[in-house]
Amino acid sequence: MNPTDEPHTSTKPVAGGAAATSFNPAQQRALLVVMPHPDDESFACGGTMALCAKAGAPVTFLCGTYGDMGRRMGLPPFANRESLRDIRERELREAAGILGARVHFMGLRDKCVEFEDPQQLAASIRERIAGTAPTTLITFYPGYGVHPDHDALGQAAVLAVRGMAREERPRLLAVAVGEPAALEERLGSPHLETHIASVSELKLEALRAHRSQTAQMFRQWQEGDLDPQMEQMRRRMVEVEEFYELDPDQPTPLERAAA
Amino acid sequence: MQPINTTQLQSELDAREARPVHLHLETTTGSYPMMGPEKRSRVVAFVRNAKIEYERGVITGEGPYRVGLKLDGGWVYADGLTHWVVNEREELLIAGLDKDGQLTVALQLSARPFREE
Repeated sequence: MNPTDEPHTSTKPVAGGAAATSFNPAQQRALLVVMPHPDDESFACGGTMALCAKAGAPVTFLCGTYGDMGRRMGLPPFANRESLRDIRERELREAAGILGARVHFMGLRDKCVEFEDPQQLAASIRERIAGTAPTTLITFYPGYGVHPDHDALGQAAVLAVRGMAREERPRLLAVAVGEPAALEERLGSPHLETHIASVSELKLEALRAHRSQTAQMFRQWQEGDLDPQMEQMRRRMVEVEEFYELDPDQPTPLERAAA
Repeated sequence: MQPINTTQLQSELDAREARPVHLHLETTTGSYPMMGPEKRSRVVAFVRNAKIEYERGVITGEGPYRVGLKLDGGWVYADGLTHWVVNEREELLIAGLDKDGQLTVALQLSARPFREE
């Protein structure tokens, strides 16, 4: 199915009278995803990536780390602390192939992104922006990433775009992690959503390619043993990916908290 | 990694005694315990590539196991260890894995620095 044939113009009424606009992959010249771990891309926006790639836009994932400090070693375990780095790199390259994306690694140490110089991280993200000329950049919402690496790299992506001339900036979309009702209370409704049903099989295949990290989840899913958190993840995996649009000139929640 | 065999592991500890080794010591709840049903706090610590030298190293317990390394003026200690391997780089990797294959603790020793890039 050609994803550009899908109706992407519908709007969904949401609480408070706001409406989430549909993300239109056909309007993207290029997409850049900036996230710290192999598998973040598939969970957070694998459907959006696949739709953009199908629509002919180059899709690039700039991955901050190799996920080398992850604790999931597979089920049954086949990785160890020292082999996990290469295993997760291979898994990501396979997943990216499924989604139609290219991968670049920043080579940071997993869990240590927040201790790097944010301006240096921003400069290296800006280089990748210059190389890929994205119309949209997707990252984590700084302050709502839950994982400190998510917050730190999301913040660096905001700084990267803030440092650009306005007319050259990509649109900045952020993924907030957590319980939807709690997020809605703090942030309002998501501004944009991508309907991913037409590419949900690709997204699931990409997630399965991250087998060291997702085998347990898929087993629980198969057994119908879904806690509320996994039920929300299921929605993001097969139905809709939601995003907040950020104004890079406004201080992020992370910056406000530090001030 | 295989389930710990204390006799074999003890001889690996003995072989690394009284010489400089690089230590990787870690414990982790994972990054999302607050999102689980029990809403636990996140607790993670690791030391990577600290140089140590131990005069005595012992594995003990009935499983999960404990390892203690007696330093000149200090200790290295880990509990909850279940699995081990000596990998192709001659690194001694000891870890605790839970029923879901998730690493909870790691104690690793290597003559060369652990890979860092």
